[in-house]
Amino acid sequence: MAGGLPRRIIKETQRLMQEPVPGINAIPDEQNARYFHVVVAGPEGSPYENGVFKLELFLPEEYPMSAPKVRFMTKIYHPNIDKVGRICLDILKDKWSPALQIRTVLLSIQALLSAPNPDDPLANDVAEQWKTNEAKAIDTARQWTRMYADSN
Amino acid sequence: MDSEDEMNYDEEEEDSQEEDSNDEDFVDIAMEPEPSTASDSRETEDFQYEVLTADKIVHVMVECIKEVNAVVQIPATITRILLNHFRWDKEKLMERYYDGDQDSLFSEAHVVSPYRKDPRQKRSTRGSTSASTSESMCEICCLVIPHTDMAGLECGHKFCFQCWTDYLTSKIINEGMGQTISCAAYGCDILVDDVTVMDLIKDAKVRLKYQHLITNSFVECNRLLRWCPAPDCGHVIKVKHYDVKPVRCTCGHTFCFACGENWHDPVKCIWLKRWIKKCDDDSETSNWIAANTKECPKCHVIIEKDGGCNHMVCKNQNCKADFCWVCLGPWEPHGSSWYNCNKFDEDEAKKARDSQEKSRCQLQRYLFYCNRYMNHMQSLKFENKLYQAVKLKMEEMQQHSMSWIEVQFLKVAVDVLCSCRQTLMYTYVFAFYLSKNNQSIIFEDNQKDLEHATEQLSEYLERDITSELLVDIKQKVQDKYRYCESRRKVLLDHVHEGYERDTWDYQDGL
Repeated sequence: MAGGLPRRIIKETQRLMQEPVPGINAIPDEQNARYFHVVVAGPEGSPYENGVFKLELFLPEEYPMSAPKVRFMTKIYHPNIDKVGRICLDILKDKWSPALQIRTVLLSIQALLSAPNPDDPLANDVAEQWKTNEAKAIDTARQWTRMYADSN
Repeated sequence: MDSEDEMNYDEEEEDSQEEDSNDEDFVDIAMEPEPSTASDSRETEDFQYEVLTADKIVHVMVECIKEVNAVVQIPATITRILLNHFRWDKEKLMERYYDGDQDSLFSEAHVVSPYRKDPRQKRSTRGSTSASTSESMCEICCLVIPHTDMAGLECGHKFCFQCWTDYLTSKIINEGMGQTISCAAYGCDILVDDVTVMDLIKDAKVRLKYQHLITNSFVECNRLLRWCPAPDCGHVIKVKHYDVKPVRCTCGHTFCFACGENWHDPVKCIWLKRWIKKCDDDSETSNWIAANTKECPKCHVIIEKDGGCNHMVCKNQNCKADFCWVCLGPWEPHGSSWYNCNKFDEDEAKKARDSQEKSRCQLQRYLFYCNRYMNHMQSLKFENKLYQAVKLKMEEMQQHSMSWIEVQFLKVAVDVLCSCRQTLMYTYVFAFYLSKNNQSIIFEDNQKDLEHATEQLSEYLERDITSELLVDIKQKVQDKYRYCESRRKVLLDHVHEGYERDTWDYQDGL
């Protein structure tokens, strides 16, 4: 797309800036309008509460025919997110639809923080802990949030 | 019987003409100047088949759908999806259709029930469509598009033509999906039917790929159809009845209809399959290990001898056993007056050597057949070069008093040479699995005759062709290829007869 940014991306970016989703902040990079710096607040009532998680989001050439690429930059203890921040989420893979948007993707990621799914794990050790001793797993997640995702 | 006319395709006619021409002095005019396997017509003459192009396969598939539709009477696009869901088993579909819960059948197959009342209206409130205007925003590209330029499936999700085209192209080309592409809306699993795809996709390459993808399951589920295995060939061979027979695609590739490998008479599909697997995998590595190495008698680690001294010290740090390479007994007595390695201990030696002897022998046997098989395969590849040399020679001969028809014998000779090489190649696979009996001795004689004659023919064509006496060459070459062809036939007939009478014994455990 040497001819510039598709209208779809321009519109989405405008809307993200004008009507931001509560708890989510996505700002396009100054050099590259397809690269977004994302900050997601840990949802209330989850072990990630009060945490601030940095993510990167990239819209590939084929977007919206293929899904955006999203990765956690902040370390997080979660059964569906691995050591390097890769996320196991169906809509980022086979369930992607071009009718989905950056906004909906980020909302889904936020929802994933509220509802971890240890039955479809990416980080096996974390998932194991989550299944055998949930209280301890949640405790670790809280600890990690304090350690790595402190808002200050 | 119009069906017979339908199946009588060009290929057979061409072959039988070649066959006839072999009995005459001059080659038939109708013979094609392109390479073809000579006179396999005997094998194919009672075997009827058709070569189908991509469009024709779709046509055959549509016929099959129509047949079902005549009974169930629902839109053809839905029938196709249902048939695919049941792996093209018509009976199974009918059974489910009339026995069970139709609604669950439709949802299982991811289609909207054709009996549902006005689904479009029901769903039209979804998305950013406002019913009052004649335009709305396409959810994918975010452009405002007139309704006339938007499309959707029965589920009611509408997107603009361009986005649909991009979406479908991406699914077809990048993800290789055909049958299973669903609506572009999130969470909607309604499948896109073939008519919609063909309406929206204009690019010929994408259309062809899509046709291939949607017909793939139809072809693979159908015993009477097989894709031509040649690279990038999208044709399908359709036979009247399933059999182990050679078929020739319009792309020129000849293969076995039953297994898809190159035509491999006289060896059977199952043996060829085992042979190819044997050649491909590492089973011979283990034979080599068995033949060239010994195991440490104490810890059983595998050892290859790399020096002359027979006093072995196992390098396994936990073992360090001292033993004699020759007798595999402990080294201790060898250094003393108890040395008796020279004395043959019947029982001990037999046990130790037998297994090694056996794998060494097996390896040699395999290499024997494999070498010959590979050699004919290699020669066969070189014969393609021969076609060019022969073509030049034919042109040259035409400048010397011979007519076009008169020089065609050379091309026929190369055809015969190729088919003999191919047959010979597979005789070694056959022989590899064969146990010795009276019939196998006859077979080996036939093989010897054919191989001998084939090598002579090959030599004539590669060397003697340069001789000045054209009439001489012609006589020699013609005599030889006729002889080769007859020997090839004798060999094949003998093997087939053996199959029928069950006179072949096979080696176990290869």
